[in-house]
Amino acid sequence: MLYREAGQYKTGYTADMAVFPIAQDRAGIAIILAAVVLLPIVANDFMLQAVMIPFLVFALAAIGLNLLTGYTGLLSLGTGGFMGVGAYACYKLTTFFPEVNIVIWILVSGLFAAGVGVIFGLPSLRIKGFYLMVATLASQFFLQWCFNRVQWLYNYNASGAIEVPERYLFGWALTGARATPTVRYYVVLTIVVALTWIASNLVHGRIGRSWMAVRDMDIAAELMGIRLLPTKLLAFAVSSFYCGVAGALMVFLWYATGAEYNVFDINQSFYILSMIIIGGLGSVLGAFFGAALIYILPIALGFAVPALLAPFGLHIGADTLEHVRLIIIGALIIFFLIVEPHGLARLWQIGKHKLRMWPFPY
Amino acid sequence: MDVLYKVLVDPFLQMGGAPDLFVQTLWEGFVVGTLYALIALGFVLIFKASGVFNFAQGIMVVFAALTLVGLYEKGVPAYAALLLAIGAMFLIALGTERLVLRPLVNQPDIILFMATFGLTYVLIGLGELIFGGSPKVMIADQLLLPKGDITFQAFGGIVQLQKIDIAAAVIASLMIAALAVFFQKTRIGRALRAVADSHKAALSVGISLNQIWVIVWFTAGVVALVTGIMWGARSEVSFALQIIALKALPVLILGGFTSIPGAIVGGLIIGLGEKLGEFYWGGLVGGGIESWLAYMIALIFLLFRPQGLFGERIIERI
Repeated sequence: MLYREAGQYKTGYTADMAVFPIAQDRAGIAIILAAVVLLPIVANDFMLQAVMIPFLVFALAAIGLNLLTGYTGLLSLGTGGFMGVGAYACYKLTTFFPEVNIVIWILVSGLFAAGVGVIFGLPSLRIKGFYLMVATLASQFFLQWCFNRVQWLYNYNASGAIEVPERYLFGWALTGARATPTVRYYVVLTIVVALTWIASNLVHGRIGRSWMAVRDMDIAAELMGIRLLPTKLLAFAVSSFYCGVAGALMVFLWYATGAEYNVFDINQSFYILSMIIIGGLGSVLGAFFGAALIYILPIALGFAVPALLAPFGLHIGADTLEHVRLIIIGALIIFFLIVEPHGLARLWQIGKHKLRMWPFPY
Repeated sequence: MDVLYKVLVDPFLQMGGAPDLFVQTLWEGFVVGTLYALIALGFVLIFKASGVFNFAQGIMVVFAALTLVGLYEKGVPAYAALLLAIGAMFLIALGTERLVLRPLVNQPDIILFMATFGLTYVLIGLGELIFGGSPKVMIADQLLLPKGDITFQAFGGIVQLQKIDIAAAVIASLMIAALAVFFQKTRIGRALRAVADSHKAALSVGISLNQIWVIVWFTAGVVALVTGIMWGARSEVSFALQIIALKALPVLILGGFTSIPGAIVGGLIIGLGEKLGEFYWGGLVGGGIESWLAYMIALIFLLFRPQGLFGERIIERI
């Protein structure tokens, strides 16, 4: 009833091409932004630390992978490795130059991840599809080995882990044990919103279009004058930049104390990949949906299932719950693929379309 | 110069200096290679017949072995447990065809790949739920697999061959030969090859795709069970095997996705290359390069021959 575009006239091409062409969409996005900004007022530390910050970090990594796999059609299983490059680069930079603000280093570490991504993206010109996937597996296992064996990367710590030093932003502790979840939440939120906005503009512009042309058929794209190597490498670079920033955020603003090399293992890559499958390949919004479903739903299940079973006198152990969680995630992946191979983002679009037509669908 | 010497000359001097160690390493590589080939074989079977890149093959290996050991621990006699494990693989094949493949028929390859990804999660969860996540010991003795080793003097030293490794190599070869006969000589084998060639043409001559898929997934399940037994007897049955099973991917790339001989040759190349690389060159960079060397070999190989050793040449049209 409320969701109508009747009476909203577009007077120029810019208005026609806008990301949010309908006034209600713009109002909706403003409400969501206001809600997440005001969230710390009502939410407790658990909500911020264990739900919102990880959700935003995963969403950012999922956007990164989606730019590569969903938009450019290059299947990658190296996400975990590229996230690790970001985290380790940030750690090295901030221990070398402690006086420079950590937020700057988090963003710069994305550039290092982008460089590594470009190197491992080079084979993508000759190989594609599942063959490329195996090539990215090489980067995953090689990088993970580096995080473990190259002691210089973790400053020769005896523990073999990176330990997050204490850093400040405008006088507030931002990393380390004394940082409050609220401060960290706001910094993560700012970075993720800014990068999401950039990603959205990228995929709606010339670069995004050339990526999608390469995805749909690379030979045809080449004939149309898109140079394949720079386009594919750019996709690898931007994607790895996002993953790298997500990795740095993960260690410095989510874990906040430190991380070991096995955080960035192959399972992390699978985890992010399953997010974009469920959320929708080739959709920035889908990355958020996927992260929410894969990360937040199991947490919600963790509270809901024991609460539902408790009245019947049934108790379910933490590890049993973990196994059930895996089964549910797997079943959901299959279920969503059968219902809608294009993911939650497509379901969302269909829903919006139905709403616009309601109650007189044609 | 020093580095060049260490990389290019020293390893070969070591090989020549201690031929017994060299032979031992070769044997290690050979055995590991056969096991990689077995896992890759499961991938190839399914890929050939249904065009699905079955990501769940690794977890099927773990699941099959876990079922066998888990049932035995619950008091089922070893051979009955073996039969029941085969039955479980049949149920998985049936369920997969019914619940995953049939609703997704005619979808793009990547969607089917993602679906097997979901299947992987389900099988991990189920396996841990039913049998627990802790590693188990394979019931090698009860299945009458040989144990102990054969030691003989040769090449100026001692070479030690584990009997279980010999058994693994023999069983793998028998399995491959049996599959080759099955594919070439039987009615079902012909139907499988027809499906691999073209789904539509196979349908038009009256081959039931659904039936073929159950058969081929079941065959892959049995291959997975054998792999699980062999690999489990060498080390132990645990979910870590699933990551090792990913090594079958570079094997596939070397051999080509659609070729059974390719899977075997690829497995041997990867197995030998990995063991030799780790033993003679690994020390130079701190060891542990086994975890990624196979992928690197495959990656370099891909740059020169994108379709693999025995794969069909990829011709692209618009």
